[in-house]
Amino acid sequence: MSGALPVMAPALPEIFLAVAAMAVLMLGVFGKGEEHPRLFFYMGAILLVLAGGLAYLVTLKGGVAAHAFDGLFVQDGFARFMKLMVLGASAFTLAMARAWFEREKLARFEYPVLVMFAALGMCVMISANDLMALYMGLELQSLSLYVIAAYHRDNARSTEAGLKYFMLGALASGLLLFGMSLVYGYAGATGFEQIAKVLGHGHAPVGVQIGMAFILAGLAFKVAAAPFHMWTPDVYEGAPTPVTAFFAIAPKIAAFALIIRVLTGPFGDMLPQWQPILVLISILSMTIGAFGALGQTNIKRLMAYSSIGHAGYALVGLAVGNQEGVTGVLVYLAIYLAMNMGAFAVILAMRVKGRAVEGIDDLAGLARTNPLMALAMALFMFSMAGIPPLAGFFGKLYVFLAAVHAGLYTLAILGVLTSAVAAFYYLRIVKVMYFDEPVEALDKAIGRTMSVVLTVSTIVVAFFFLVPMPVLRLSEAAAKTLFPH
Amino acid sequence: MMTVGLAHYLIVAAALFTLGVLGIFLNRKNVIVILMSVELMLLAVNLNLVAFSSHLGDLAGQVFSMFILTVAAAEAAIGLAIVVVFYRNRGTIAVEDINQMKG
Repeated sequence: MSGALPVMAPALPEIFLAVAAMAVLMLGVFGKGEEHPRLFFYMGAILLVLAGGLAYLVTLKGGVAAHAFDGLFVQDGFARFMKLMVLGASAFTLAMARAWFEREKLARFEYPVLVMFAALGMCVMISANDLMALYMGLELQSLSLYVIAAYHRDNARSTEAGLKYFMLGALASGLLLFGMSLVYGYAGATGFEQIAKVLGHGHAPVGVQIGMAFILAGLAFKVAAAPFHMWTPDVYEGAPTPVTAFFAIAPKIAAFALIIRVLTGPFGDMLPQWQPILVLISILSMTIGAFGALGQTNIKRLMAYSSIGHAGYALVGLAVGNQEGVTGVLVYLAIYLAMNMGAFAVILAMRVKGRAVEGIDDLAGLARTNPLMALAMALFMFSMAGIPPLAGFFGKLYVFLAAVHAGLYTLAILGVLTSAVAAFYYLRIVKVMYFDEPVEALDKAIGRTMSVVLTVSTIVVAFFFLVPMPVLRLSEAAAKTLFPH
Repeated sequence: MMTVGLAHYLIVAAALFTLGVLGIFLNRKNVIVILMSVELMLLAVNLNLVAFSSHLGDLAGQVFSMFILTVAAAEAAIGLAIVVVFYRNRGTIAVEDINQMKG
């Protein structure tokens, strides 16, 4: 390298975020962190948005891949799309978290710092171009998430959520690492391009196939896909609600970015080997997501099963394994982001006389006490159930179309059937809101941040069908960078 | 005389890894045992990486195992911290007492 500094420009957003997070931490520790936590929440959200802006700027024209750190790190059109979603989602959930934590007297400056570190880990995951970079990004994200799951440290359920997440997350990391060691040994390299080159020469060695299966298991864990979903309901229920909102959106999208990049990049030529595994995972996730949620009474637990189901639908597109399928996944994730952001804004706003509640029964009669919020929640539920012309319908449409075009009819049919089952519990919430007698009315004042998020996501979900082209075009461009030929 | 080759290292590593996984699933007593099992899994992976690295004559595997060692230390710290806050709330760290939520 003749002593020259490596070109770091493509990693500028990550470097910025790392320095910013550490600076904010120092400010909190040595400055007025204890007295003015609100300031830190705003600072965190603004810095995350700035990092998103940087991620947009450093991408080359046409999304051409730019490498940094000797090929360990790549910034391309796909990374830009995913980073914008992840950083945007992190910033918005952080802004929503502020009001909730302040009311619960839990607002501390450590939370925004941890969210920033988690977001940094997610960005590294999205841009990883080497097994080592992948692992470091994933662990930075996971370690921060373990801590914020147990953030309400005087609460038995929150600490239990943290403990469960930690134990199962560490197990998943172990599986992932074991797979990576096998892939390294039998392919002789850790770089994604080198692995792809070795595997492109013909039949993949058995060691690599076993390694890939382990890697898939580890990653399925991180996207909460069945049969590696056991942690999801408990962690979603136990963690403080803003943390659940964060878990349901940003880390999920980042883990999907990772799984897409790994399967289309280094293991792109092993499609016949990984397709059956993905088909199985996706069928199991859709089924468990649909049936597991039926008997739930806690809305956060219901959202956990809902997110397992959504992971299954998105994996349908990935199982197709071509550009059309990946485009479908990206559209699905973008719509998933909008729907979940809105639904969690409603869940975060659920309070009775200032006390946070999370039972589905607590929504009873919302249509009479707060018609606008009930209407918004009903829209999100209809959209998640996939009822046209709401956004969720289009998300499902594109992945199922891709599956049908690729001849995966079983997958598409099972997908439609399970979404019919899932529609039952989504519509049950609508029924509770519109037809049940209110016991104790929810508080009317929901705060400015929630109102803004709620309005924006309602508009996106309700009117997506009028202007679907921007999202479609962006997703298509992002997917194209993964399939250059 | 038998020489110790790559296969022997891989078998030992696979055995250690399996012990780690079984330790997590079969353990019914104590959370600390789970932390130890996780550590065992990571060390098995390190053994794998170093064996491959020496076999291939490629340094990447050894660099990777350094990263894993570092992360494992951080992971143990965070795991123990969470165990401590859990103990403060519940007064126990028995695996069977981690049962506030079920479904």
